[in-house]
Amino acid sequence: MNQWKNFSKGFFKDNPVFVMLLGMCPTLGVTSSAINGLGMGLATTFVLVMSNIVVALVKDFIPEKVRIPSFIVIIASFVTVVEMVMQAYLPALFEALGLFIPLIVVNCLVLGRAEAFASKNTLGSSVVDGLGMGLGFSMALTMLGAVRELFGSGKIFGLSLFSESYGMLIFVLAPGAFIALGYLTAFINKVRKA
Amino acid sequence: MGKKVSSLSNMALTLIIITMVSGASLGYIYKLTKGPITAAKEKKQQQAIQLVVPDFDNNPTQEMYKIAAEDGDSLKVFPAKKDGEVVGVAIESVSHKGFSGDVKIMVGILPDGSIKNYDVLEHKETPGLGTKMATWFKPSDEEGSGSASGNAFFNWMFGIKSGGSGGNTSIVGVNPEKTDLTVSADGGDIDAITAATISSRAFLDAVQKAWSTYNEKADSYSSATTKTNNTEEGGQQ
Repeated sequence: MNQWKNFSKGFFKDNPVFVMLLGMCPTLGVTSSAINGLGMGLATTFVLVMSNIVVALVKDFIPEKVRIPSFIVIIASFVTVVEMVMQAYLPALFEALGLFIPLIVVNCLVLGRAEAFASKNTLGSSVVDGLGMGLGFSMALTMLGAVRELFGSGKIFGLSLFSESYGMLIFVLAPGAFIALGYLTAFINKVRKA
Repeated sequence: MGKKVSSLSNMALTLIIITMVSGASLGYIYKLTKGPITAAKEKKQQQAIQLVVPDFDNNPTQEMYKIAAEDGDSLKVFPAKKDGEVVGVAIESVSHKGFSGDVKIMVGILPDGSIKNYDVLEHKETPGLGTKMATWFKPSDEEGSGSASGNAFFNWMFGIKSGGSGGNTSIVGVNPEKTDLTVSADGGDIDAITAATISSRAFLDAVQKAWSTYNEKADSYSSATTKTNNTEEGGQQ
C-alpha cells in the first residue's frame, strides 16, 4: 500500500472525528480550549501508535476468540503509562484533561484501528496508520477546541483576542461542543466532496 | 503465518502472558514515576502556600497540623514562620456546597485575623462560570483574566470598555470578624460571581470554615481574634 496515502487518510479522507465520527466522548468532553484538544489528541496519538505496534507484532500469536480482550489489555496498559507519566511531568495538563485520560481506553478509535487495521497489516503500515489517524484526531480536536475557545472566551491557545465578557458561554459548555462539531463536520464534508 | 487455534488452553495461556507482561511493565513505570508525581503534588502545595502567606523561612509542610472543623472535616494548617515568629497560616479548606463536587482552597490568614490571599486547589465547577473563582475574589487590578482583559485593539474596535466588575468582590485584606463572608444575595457583604452564586457560596463557605475553625481550635494566635470570633460566628454557621 502507498504509505503516504496510508498516512494522510487520517487527516482528510478518513478523518476519525469529522468523517468516521469515532471517539466522540473525548472529542466533546475536553475541547473547551485549543490546548486541551491538542493535549488530548497527542495523548491519544501516543496510545494509538504504541498499541498499533504491539498489536501488529503479536497478532499471529493471539487466538481469534480472545483478540478483543487482548487488545483492550494492551491499550489499557499504554493509557495507564500515559496517565502516570503525564501526572509526573505535566501536572497542569493532567488536571485539565483529568477524567478523560483513563477514558482513552474505551475510545473506539484506538480499538477500531487495532481491530480493523493493525491486526491485518504489517508493522510498518500499522505505525504509519497510527500516526496518521492520531495526528488527524489531534488536528480535529485542536480545531474544535480553537473554535469553542474563540467563541466562548475570546481566546485562542490562551491568547486573548477580545474581552471574555463578550464570549458566548454556551460554546464552553456541552451544547456548544455539539453545535461546533456539527458545523465543523458539515464544513469539512462539503470541502471534502468539492 | 496462520492464526493460533482458539482452544481453551491457547486462549488462557495468551491472556495470562499478556496480562503478566503488561502488569510487570506497569509496575516498573509506576516505580519510575512515583517520585516525580509526589514531587509535583508537593510543589503545587508549596506554591499555594507561598502565594497566600507572607515571606517565611521555615518549612510549613513539615510543621503542618490538622484541626477538626465543626462538620467533621479535618483541615490542614500550614504555619508560616519567620525568625521563629508566626507571620501567617495557610489553611487548606474544603466546601461540600459546590455546584458539582467539592471545592478545595488554600487560604492564608494573617495574625491580625485578616485574609492575605487565597488559591483554588481543586474544583469541578462549570467552566466559564464557577471557574472564575480563581480570580474573582481578588482585588480587581489582579483580576487578569476577568472583565478587564482582552486585546486592546479589539476592545477599541468593538467599543469594549474595560472596567472592574464594580461592587465588593474582593476578600483579600478582609477580616471575617467584621465582614459577613456570605454572598450579597444571602445578605452578606461579598458580591457573588455573575451567574455562579452556588459556586460563590461554596467558595466563601470554605473560607469561612477555615477562618472560624482556625480561630476556635488554634491557640497560637492572639487571643483577641479568638474571643470575638466565638460570639459572632455562632449565628452564621
